[in-house]
Amino acid sequence: MTAIKCVDLCKNYEQGDVVIKALDHVSLDIDAGSFICLSGPSGSGKTTLLNMIGGLDKLDSGEIDIDGQRVDQLGKGPLADLRLHNIGFVFQSYNLIPVLSARENVEFVMQVQGMTAAERRNKSLAILKEVGLAGMEDRRPAELSGGQQQRVAVARAIVSQPKLVLADEPTANLDSNTARQLMDLLRKLNQHHHVTFLIATHDEQVMEYAERLIKMQDGKVINDQLQA
Amino acid sequence: MPAATGLPLGAMIQLAWRNLWRNHRRTLIMLIAIIIGVWAMIFMTALMRGMVDQMLKDGIQSLPGMVQIHNSEYRDDPSIENSLEAPGAELLSALNSPLVFGWSSRVRVPAMISSEQGSRGVILVGIDPIAELSLGFDAGSINQGRFLEDAGDKGLIIGHKLLQRLETRLGKRVAVMSQDPDNNVADRGFRIVGVYKASLESQEEQFIYAGRDIVQALLKIGTQVSEIAINGEDYRDVAALQQLISATAPAGAEVLPWMELNSYLSMMLGMMDGVVLVWIIVIFLALSFGLANTLMMAVFERIREIGLMQALGMRPASILYQILVESLLLLLLGLLLGNLLAIATILPLRDGIDVSAVAKGMELMGAGSTLYPALKIRDLVTANVVVIILGLLTSLLPAWRASRYRPVEAIAKT
Ligand SMILES: Nc1ncnc2c1ncn2[C@@H]1O[C@H](COP(=O)(O)OP(=O)(O)O)[C@@H](O)[C@H]1O
Ligand SMILES: [Mg+2]
Repeated sequence: MTAIKCVDLCKNYEQGDVVIKALDHVSLDIDAGSFICLSGPSGSGKTTLLNMIGGLDKLDSGEIDIDGQRVDQLGKGPLADLRLHNIGFVFQSYNLIPVLSARENVEFVMQVQGMTAAERRNKSLAILKEVGLAGMEDRRPAELSGGQQQRVAVARAIVSQPKLVLADEPTANLDSNTARQLMDLLRKLNQHHHVTFLIATHDEQVMEYAERLIKMQDGKVINDQLQA
Repeated sequence: MPAATGLPLGAMIQLAWRNLWRNHRRTLIMLIAIIIGVWAMIFMTALMRGMVDQMLKDGIQSLPGMVQIHNSEYRDDPSIENSLEAPGAELLSALNSPLVFGWSSRVRVPAMISSEQGSRGVILVGIDPIAELSLGFDAGSINQGRFLEDAGDKGLIIGHKLLQRLETRLGKRVAVMSQDPDNNVADRGFRIVGVYKASLESQEEQFIYAGRDIVQALLKIGTQVSEIAINGEDYRDVAALQQLISATAPAGAEVLPWMELNSYLSMMLGMMDGVVLVWIIVIFLALSFGLANTLMMAVFERIREIGLMQALGMRPASILYQILVESLLLLLLGLLLGNLLAIATILPLRDGIDVSAVAKGMELMGAGSTLYPALKIRDLVTANVVVIILGLLTSLLPAWRASRYRPVEAIAKT
């Protein structure tokens, strides 16, 4: 079943006199529950594509459809609501709110969603345990390692069962061992919770985890194939 | 389901509180500035109020009387021809009403007082001393000798300053000269039986007091008086009293409240609210630059986080509220401490601040040498409301800036 449909996405950035085609007629279908890596060299348009799908930026042209909602046509407020209820984000760094503990960071989205305190607490404790952070719930981000911080971000991204998790270079600041552990975790969560993952990376090690590997270059999809 | 727009209030306050203390130093400096500002608003206002209160009380005391009855010609020509009959039965019954706290009738006439060493122009006031006491005359102001005993007392009370000017002493005789209604010279010798101190030296030089009956006899005016002075409960609220007296005053008489008898005093009272508000706003304006700057810096440091919150699904309006809550917490804390500090510094000064060192200057404005700070609930409320409302308005700009960051740009910043 197709969860996300992207048709003919275009986005240009102007830098001085030069026009950069960050997305150049990109079309893409993503099935619900899939685990996809978006690879390509730096500057190939991966971040731009994720931002467009997540409604963080405006397209020049094209259509994005998430579960029947036209992301490209939503205004600021409805886009915020779409992200709140349907999309989880994991960024490369600075994912967490520094003054909130691990648990409070995980609960942040649920709080904005208006969930009751008891429900939030149960869910956040369970998910933190699942990502391997039992006992660290009350630590502030500064008291956690880079890998642990990314786990908190992952826990927050999936805790309210979004349709899609967008991860932009989630392992870029981690050593290869920690990166591998994080990818194991993402794969496990994908299988347990049937959450769709779209992970941008230029790390070969990460690409090995993909069910489907999409390669980009100069704003275009140059290869799109299923992997064993 | 209504779209959730942001954090619940409790979480908002918690987040704001923690964010506030991320930069201890900056927050503390701003907090102290607010505390001092609020203190200055309230403390200085209390001093101003106290000063004006004192001026009004002194001013009314030297009239004295909150409402006065005169011959309608008297204010244009305060001579003895323009006098009144002593109160008739109808007026007397009104003067017995519970609205009246005290009343007295007086004869006032320009006179010349002479000692062996010199003479000076003064105003001779014939009084009924017992009635004057009921009207609020402070017997403690007699610092040598005694006060008059009744309206027929043959003694004379003069001011301390005048005593010095005339180079005379308690117990000495002086001559007082005036004119009766037929323009005949009327004069009489008096023995100085008492000397009074007033908060204003000019008053000590201007007024001398004798028994009313003695002055009436001197001027050959029977029981006629120049004025009847009446006090009510509160000098700020004399309308009812004035109405009561007006209704029963004899024909040809004019009943006026102190505000009309002394327009300078009433102007002071009228201007005070405006002066207080301007003062409060001026201090706030000084604070507002610091406040706006503090919030701007706080927002600027947190661009990434703000972008993150937006990416997570917080609406721009919620970001705006979040910053406003942070500012409100700071303002409330500053107000709380500022109010407490102001009250803590005003209360010990209830018994007055001795300003005699600068009293000469103050006297020009009609104030005495002791200042009683007057803390008014209304001024407290004004200061607090002004700080909160203008404080939130000042915070709107930084908060709005924060809500306008586009999430991608904010997150892209490293
Ligand atoms: N805000 C921007 N302004 C100008 N150019 C941009 C902006 N964002 C991205 N680009 C350009 O668009 C291209 C794609 O960038 P990006 O999507 O970040 O690539 P990737 O994530 O694959 O490294 C790059 O050439 C980049 O320089
Ligand atoms: Mg990128």
